[in-house]
Amino acid sequence: MKAPGVIRVENLTVCHERRPAVHHLSGQFAPGSLTAIVGPNGAGKTTLLRALAGLHKPQEGRIRAADRVALLPQASSLDRSFPIACLDAVMLGLWRQTGAFRAVAPAGRAQAEAALEAVGLRGFQRRPVGSLSAGQFQRVLFARLLVQDAPVILLDEPFNALDARTAAEMLALVKAWHGEGRTVVAVLHDMELVQRDFPETLLLARDPIGWGPTAEVLTAANRLRARQMAEGWAEDAADCDLASTTMDRAA
Amino acid sequence: MRRALVGCLAVSVAAPPLGVFLMLRRMSLTADVLGHGILPGIAAGFLLAGLSVPAMAAGGLLAGLVVALGAGALSRATGGREDAALAALYLCALALGVALVSMGGGSAELTQLLFGSALGVDDAALLLMAATATLSLAVLAFAWRPLVLECFDPSFAQAVGARGGVWHMVFLALVVLNLLAAFQALGTLMGVGLMMLPAVAARHWSREVGGMVYAAVGIAVAASFGGLLLSYHADLPSGPAVVLVAGLGWVVSLLFGRVDGVTARLRRRHLAG
Repeated sequence: MKAPGVIRVENLTVCHERRPAVHHLSGQFAPGSLTAIVGPNGAGKTTLLRALAGLHKPQEGRIRAADRVALLPQASSLDRSFPIACLDAVMLGLWRQTGAFRAVAPAGRAQAEAALEAVGLRGFQRRPVGSLSAGQFQRVLFARLLVQDAPVILLDEPFNALDARTAAEMLALVKAWHGEGRTVVAVLHDMELVQRDFPETLLLARDPIGWGPTAEVLTAANRLRARQMAEGWAEDAADCDLASTTMDRAA
Repeated sequence: MRRALVGCLAVSVAAPPLGVFLMLRRMSLTADVLGHGILPGIAAGFLLAGLSVPAMAAGGLLAGLVVALGAGALSRATGGREDAALAALYLCALALGVALVSMGGGSAELTQLLFGSALGVDDAALLLMAATATLSLAVLAFAWRPLVLECFDPSFAQAVGARGGVWHMVFLALVVLNLLAAFQALGTLMGVGLMMLPAVAARHWSREVGGMVYAAVGIAVAASFGGLLLSYHADLPSGPAVVLVAGLGWVVSLLFGRVDGVTARLRRRHLAG
């Protein structure tokens, strides 16, 4: 019936910390599309991405997404000093195969080792992630995405605080995923990067301002409108009555 | 005395791994809260049935689970900034527990419940300790991967449907059980010490969770031996004696540990300079 990589949202409203963060969003991320989500701070970009990954329950409307969605969380939301070896961190991406209990098959281990090599971390298998630089840590998370091998990949500020070389190499991975026909959605701040490398853009200021080909969305008028809306956000927005974090997945 | 040693060793094998996970999740304070939280339940059991292990254990288990759920709710209600509320909770629990024990007994019983008594470990208590250790190790072996994932990257855990919340509750229940098991020999106030101190010390010996767990168990076993000997020869209550030795282990680890120990750091600076 539906293509594996498509995400459709219908009249979606999601709350974050009991305030509505995304209002009445409808549209779809086409299979194989490469979309940037941009917008001012507090525009609900991360909340939307987390909702697409099934981490926030919609307050209203619905999300129809593939079962297999891989999420790259914001690096700052992880405990980078956690005592885990790089290879073990990457092998967590095999969760769908291993679940909580099953052993990692030799093929899975080889897959994880290959992923580490693909992100330029050959020989880092036993290194604890706590000893890595920010860029190397992000490479480990990208390796985990490679291992997850999902048709839909959601990236939350994937190039933030990265050195230029790491950012360029990770961008090449993103383009490779696009070339393989995976659906990729990334929350980004760097407009130049978006205009150069992302064919589709969703400009969000809690309400959708524009969604479509990047050149048509990122017009001066649209960007001004997004900024004006951000200035108008009051603290007294209506509370949502629903806790924003739940385990339920609205697929 | 021999029972106390066997019991402490059982606790030493099971409690420190839980302490390692508590530390990694930055929940060290929660262990304290649970340790104090079980006291009113134990005191209620003591009021109703005297110093009987099943009654006190049942009361403590009930109180501990209530506090664990309450602490979780507090955490959600305060958006993760729960430490002040937790401190308030455990002070209230401690006061209530002491008041209850004082109603039904003298200071001897109070000392025994708060600080432990090596001679207070009877067969029933020993059975509880051994059963708890067995259960904890079995569950830890099964839940290892979800626990690690939930600590390392909770969003990812949720996104792949790892049911982090369920494992978290199971884990907290284990913590309560272990504190209950420890209190017979070490007292409610000191039982937490054998869980947390070796875990905190172990951080200085390994960079991997597995290594930390082994180090923590080793330190706890040594603290149990040393502490009970100290308690016997210096006529101290067993809880403070064991915890003091564990504390000594922590200071030694802090000074001489391989990972971020003071001397290791100095030596590196010396080499670099």
